[in-house]
Amino acid sequence: MQKSLHLDPNKCTGCLQCEMACTWENYRSFTTAKSRIKVFPFHREGRFVPYTCTQCDEAWCMIACPVDAIQRDAATGAKIVLEATCVGCKVCTIACPFGTINYVAQTGKVQKCDLCDGAPACAKACPTGAITYVDADWTGLGKMRQWAGKTDTNAATA
Amino acid sequence: MAWTRNVLRVNLAAGTCTTEPLNMTWAHEYLGQRGLATKYLASEIDPKVDPFSPTNKLIFVTGPLTGTMAATGGRYSVVTKGPLTGAIACSNSGGHFGAELKFAGWDMLIFEGASPKPVYLLITDGQAELLDAEPLWGKTVWETEEQIKKVHQDPQIRVAAIGRAGENRVLYAAIVNDLHRAAGRSGVGAVMGSKNLKAVAVRGTRTNAYHLADPEAFFAATEAGKKALAANGVTGHGLPAFGTQVLMNVINELGALPTRNHRDVQFEGAQAISAEAMHQKRPTDGKANLVTNGACFGCTIACGRISRMDPGHFSVKDKPSYHGASGGLEYEAAWAMGAANGVSDLEALTYANFLCNEDGFDPISFGATVGAAMELYDLGVLTKEEVGFELPFGSAAALVKLAEMTARGEGFGKEIGLGSKRLCAKHGRPDLSMTVKGQEFPAYDSRGLQGMGLAYATSNRGACHLRGYMVSPEVLGIPEKMEPQATEGKPAMLKAFQDLTAVVDSSGLCIFTTFAWGLADIQPQIQAACEGDWSGERLLLVGERIWNMERDFNLAAGLTAKDDNLPPRLLNEPARTGPQKGAVSKLGEMLPEYYRVRGWTAEGVPTAETRARLGV
Repeated sequence: MQKSLHLDPNKCTGCLQCEMACTWENYRSFTTAKSRIKVFPFHREGRFVPYTCTQCDEAWCMIACPVDAIQRDAATGAKIVLEATCVGCKVCTIACPFGTINYVAQTGKVQKCDLCDGAPACAKACPTGAITYVDADWTGLGKMRQWAGKTDTNAATA
Repeated sequence: MAWTRNVLRVNLAAGTCTTEPLNMTWAHEYLGQRGLATKYLASEIDPKVDPFSPTNKLIFVTGPLTGTMAATGGRYSVVTKGPLTGAIACSNSGGHFGAELKFAGWDMLIFEGASPKPVYLLITDGQAELLDAEPLWGKTVWETEEQIKKVHQDPQIRVAAIGRAGENRVLYAAIVNDLHRAAGRSGVGAVMGSKNLKAVAVRGTRTNAYHLADPEAFFAATEAGKKALAANGVTGHGLPAFGTQVLMNVINELGALPTRNHRDVQFEGAQAISAEAMHQKRPTDGKANLVTNGACFGCTIACGRISRMDPGHFSVKDKPSYHGASGGLEYEAAWAMGAANGVSDLEALTYANFLCNEDGFDPISFGATVGAAMELYDLGVLTKEEVGFELPFGSAAALVKLAEMTARGEGFGKEIGLGSKRLCAKHGRPDLSMTVKGQEFPAYDSRGLQGMGLAYATSNRGACHLRGYMVSPEVLGIPEKMEPQATEGKPAMLKAFQDLTAVVDSSGLCIFTTFAWGLADIQPQIQAACEGDWSGERLLLVGERIWNMERDFNLAAGLTAKDDNLPPRLLNEPARTGPQKGAVSKLGEMLPEYYRVRGWTAEGVPTAETRARLGV
């Protein structure tokens, strides 16, 4: 079964444990500046919103890459950057509509979320359940359940 | 090891930034943050120096666990000689600034001298430069952060800044980072202002700026720690759901909520300014004051309050810039600006709290000073003519006006900016200042909690709840229940709390973890991050060493055992209502014993044996 990262801003507190976990996984260092998942605080609204690559099936980055450095991982569905092939041209960063693939000056390559080979470190680190790794076909299940409860007209008499 | 081993020394007079290696001998003796910076300060300045003289220094410092995945590992401290007290000042803050400083590769920034004109320091990893802050002078903390990010076209810069309170040397001015986290107490922001330093802006992108001594052990210890925080009633539920405000009704019912400048110990309006009230929908706009909770860097507790005001409230009706969400009321702020003044208008308190963040001043000292002014007014010592408007207890309108005037140094706000000790002395009633060593009390009446009285009297930075939180044993039963009115055993328990707190404050962790964590939970996290031997025994020795070093600094600054005291009201005027009715602070029963367990003379001076044992 393919799985997806599921992000729920309502549960996020902005602690950045996810960003640290991401950079530990990829750099063996806590350096949130290098994280592939980012949490955006919307101060005036009092909101914290985590955001990362959604792993598009027809990924703009993959299609745009002139050297085929972005490949689909058959097991996880993640689009993986092959560092040895990437030439750092950044065309993928222009092609991606969501901004979730970015250049890393330190390495001269681009980086994006690769779902940590099917065990995302961010989801493991999240203390509030704002980041979960769930059945890719059922990311809407939680919301559906919520609405099912709300619209169940017999709830009061059950 | 978890130190970056880099110190940035900034000479503001000469305009130079130089790098030097961290003194690792001291790091092993004082751990980091509070302990380590105090060691530097005590070694580099004359304790008798005028806090506003250029020869005073200002140190920003992280701990070894700052910027790590340890839960709450994002703290930094600011250490200097404080203008409010004349004692050592050490103020601790969360948010994201401390971790960013670590990611840029710095353990510590030492500011010396004073700049001839306003400047801010910009740090980008290993590079540091002083830049012109003339266009920022006179701006609020919030405007300053926005401007700096705009000028450098980098929304990811973290900023710690002073507002107009720091510029105008309000004696309890704070340094505010990430818009609403603050190194709040003792006037560290005023020292920053006296140096013409408007802000420190940091961008840290370095990988491997420091190394964990044993990553595997570190993850085992920190994950166990996170589980313990989540499972604990206070850190896993109470604090995230209600914030520190969870205490308002508890302390009021206990009869230890100082009210109207400590005239009373219970506040009839407590419920209206409590955590529960922040959750309730307002009749006016149908929304609750509380929007959500928010976390500081790395914190899995997330006690921070994010609030939105009623846009129709009198204080912000015509000020749309305050209609968005921002940092909401913590217990101390709600108490100091609320109960201490008899003000029960939650929205007015929220607005005043926004101003404390926006213009950088400590809501505890500010609120308590307004309380003292209200009592002076009530007694006819202060008149309407002197104040400019009526100042009765309970007036939300007066509180709001003073919050607006204080940072700007306008009218009577200038006097409020001097703190309660100087205000009461000026008007001939020093007895009405509710302070120790010149610093205002926080939100616990020591007539109801005897151990807190001893903690206040002996705190090295003046009255403070964060130097030895005896509320834990006396109210919450952590680590064991002690009767609030008992005095026996309190000195030894306080010493243990003070020493452990000094360790936590030197590690990069938040003291709130200690609701769930004991030394046995903290020690393995430090041990795994730092090279060398960090046994529990050694850590407590480090804590005791820090405490005695601070004490020595204060003694050398001219403070004596006479300053380990409480205001006459708390010693002589019995509590008038509630479970503690009739009680006074029994400081005299505990202080000699405290000196003894500390290994100090009857005059409160560390003995030669104590110094030798601790190596101070």
